[in-house]
Amino acid sequence: MQEYKYESELVKQELFNDKRLSKRKMFDSRDISIELNTLQNANGSAILTLGKTKVVAGIKIMPETPYPDTPDEGSISVGIELSPMSDPNFGSGPPSEDSIELSRVVDRSIRESKGLDFKKLCIKEGEKIWCVYIDIYIINNDGNLFDACELCALAALKCAKIPKLDDEFKVVKEEYDGHLELLKNPILFTFAKIGDKIVLDPDLIEECASDARFSVAITEDKNLVAIQKGLHGAFKIDEVKNMASTAIKNYDDVFLKFNKILKSKSAH
Amino acid sequence: MSKKKDEVVYFDEKGKRFDGRSQFEIRPITLKVGVIERSDGSAYVEWGQNKAIAAVYGPREMLPKHLADANKATIRYYYRMAPFSVPDRKNPKPGRREIEISKVSGEALSHSVDLEQYPNTAIDIFVTIFDSNAGTRITALLAASLALADAGLPMKDLVSGIAVGKAGGKLIADMNKHEEDASDAVDLPIAMLPNNNDIVLLQMDGVLTEKEFYECLDIAKKNCQEIRELQVSALKEKYSVDFNSGD
Repeated sequence: MQEYKYESELVKQELFNDKRLSKRKMFDSRDISIELNTLQNANGSAILTLGKTKVVAGIKIMPETPYPDTPDEGSISVGIELSPMSDPNFGSGPPSEDSIELSRVVDRSIRESKGLDFKKLCIKEGEKIWCVYIDIYIINNDGNLFDACELCALAALKCAKIPKLDDEFKVVKEEYDGHLELLKNPILFTFAKIGDKIVLDPDLIEECASDARFSVAITEDKNLVAIQKGLHGAFKIDEVKNMASTAIKNYDDVFLKFNKILKSKSAH
Repeated sequence: MSKKKDEVVYFDEKGKRFDGRSQFEIRPITLKVGVIERSDGSAYVEWGQNKAIAAVYGPREMLPKHLADANKATIRYYYRMAPFSVPDRKNPKPGRREIEISKVSGEALSHSVDLEQYPNTAIDIFVTIFDSNAGTRITALLAASLALADAGLPMKDLVSGIAVGKAGGKLIADMNKHEEDASDAVDLPIAMLPNNNDIVLLQMDGVLTEKEFYECLDIAKKNCQEIRELQVSALKEKYSVDFNSGD
């Protein structure tokens, strides 16, 4: 990205002394705020801000035909719209490769944590299952869409209601049959490598200056459930180990804050 | 699918895997450089049942022109699976998985090539998978790196890689499809520049502890170095000159 060329240089200068332009510490995340269920037509929704990055996630839970190889399992689908309203560099049209990578990493974080029991999303084996559609729109891009989208999806899932079905497996409008059960809380941590320095939760200017990206999803039992390395730069093995252990160390702090916000909004 | 997943045995009483391999044994790899005459560089790789052909075109004019980078060449990587390369017929239209793999693999290769020597140009890499049994993105990447070398492009090092992971409660190297379908399966494809251990591609899905993850990285490092030797031999096979032959 040619944007922020001057600012990128400043970022690098500051990092030379292990300082960030934003005054944040190297492994500090920006503050989050979350609004829940402000959208009536969604089965669950969340609006999340991470610093100045703002995203909205809406959940739709729909009865669908199962895949032939998993007749007794529900499924999830993640779609992320890099909406042109949120950044001058985002265009309209079919999903870009950036958007596809982003949504597949969010998908993997949630899917691989096994937080959703796909067997419980079976309605009738071989005939009907629940598909949980997670659609996310970027409202304002100030960097680290990976963590913002993943956490927003998690918040929306935690307040999602399952629609009621009639005898023919058709959705009964505006009636619900309990809440979606989430057994794990995967949280994604994204790092940027700028020169030979590594920072957590890069903002847009830091992203413009960065050479490589590393994302890792952690669950409350401190397991790693998804990883993605991106961009042209490379990481050393020790750097990867350091980022993984930093993410594990930061998990409790972020999860506590996340939970506190959700409780204050009374998710259910 | 006749057996329930949980009843499947991933290690027999002798500790051998389903296909007779030991825990960290990888499937046989065959590499051949220079298989498509029309291309600027090409390679064919067989890794177990996986079969991939890669062709490089470029550096050539970047079209459309507005995508050109005035400071360096741009690598465009196209990973595609043939419709007959999987048990069911795959829709030939590139899916989201192929687009994501193309993106991260192209980024990995970009780190290995001295792109700044060719400003404004495109280096197009086309890889097609003709047969598959888990581990195709790495098979494709080995072929692509050899094809780039075959095209005579200046490179820091070859890109080597392997998928390590877990099935049936144990860490394993180079899993096959059967192991990839385990209920506790972890797939962790890694690509490195073995000379300086730069990690250029790293993805993971499945559940690993911190300790297991670090162990996987070390297994991958060792394998990448060994696989690089095979790549170098394949290049030598095409390019070494026999000074004693008198031709």
